[in-house]
Amino acid sequence: MRFGIVVFPGSNCDADCYYVIKDVMHEEAFYVWHKERDLSSFDAVILPGGFSYGDYLRAGAIARFSPVMSAVKEFADKGGLVIGICNGFQILLEAGLLPGAMLRNKSLKFICDQVHLKVSRTDTPFTHLFSEGEVIKIPIAHGEGNYYCDPETLESLKSNRQIIFTYSSPEGLEDEEYNPNGSIANIAGIINKKGNVLGMMPHPERCSEAVLGGTDGFKVFASMINWAKEASR
Amino acid sequence: MYKVDVFVVLKPGVLDPKGEAVKKSLNVMGYEGVNEVRIGKFIEVWLDAESREDALRQAEKMSKELLANPVIEDYRVKIVEGE
Repeated sequence: MRFGIVVFPGSNCDADCYYVIKDVMHEEAFYVWHKERDLSSFDAVILPGGFSYGDYLRAGAIARFSPVMSAVKEFADKGGLVIGICNGFQILLEAGLLPGAMLRNKSLKFICDQVHLKVSRTDTPFTHLFSEGEVIKIPIAHGEGNYYCDPETLESLKSNRQIIFTYSSPEGLEDEEYNPNGSIANIAGIINKKGNVLGMMPHPERCSEAVLGGTDGFKVFASMINWAKEASR
Repeated sequence: MYKVDVFVVLKPGVLDPKGEAVKKSLNVMGYEGVNEVRIGKFIEVWLDAESREDALRQAEKMSKELLANPVIEDYRVKIVEGE
């Protein structure tokens, strides 16, 4: 499976994603500079974390106008798998590929920590190797991960089952106490209606090998690979 | 050339953690009457335009597209200089 990993000026999780796809998952990984305009040779696209354009104005606000973003839109419209991680999620929001926006963390602090997430859907290309309601442990590292949307959008996210990951206790309790950044409804990750574009603040690429303290992120990429293989059969 | 001032503010109801921190600080400093602080952005833009209306139209468009995020922010534009 061919993964394109988009590199914006200021991306800094691109090499981690590349490493996981190539050396851990043993699939094909390619860096794609943000000036590129064609993603048609890929099976999946990763928008990695970092601080594209220094997060000037708003996180992801300038990156969304990079030439590659038109290609990402086109790729997603055709049903290609797109995953935006951390800054990649912020870019997907700014680009309108996913609804909502990010605010500064409620605590005003940049949070670098391990959190628990509840996986609320397992019928997506990104989560089908998880079990329903499974709680996973995964690193977060962000200053603007406080997900916000208006009440109508939240209702539509709920009714369309677009909320995929929520911050929770180790037992799966989605309580304000376990919400690290103030996100509305403890949202950590959402998917588009069609189910092929996922945005998540936590970093699956940072927990895909036991040596890094956890392998729950592995299943996100493994799900994508497995899904693509099933689809091409 | 025209100069346009763009004011970007968080929509009512959208949490402003930075404003909240500044409010608390003002209260601690003795400004007990401060009930709320909201922090926005002030952006100055100098641009070429055919007319005042054109400058305003351009500023509105760029505010909608980039300077403000309509999901969380409101904006207003004001022409302050130009022929």
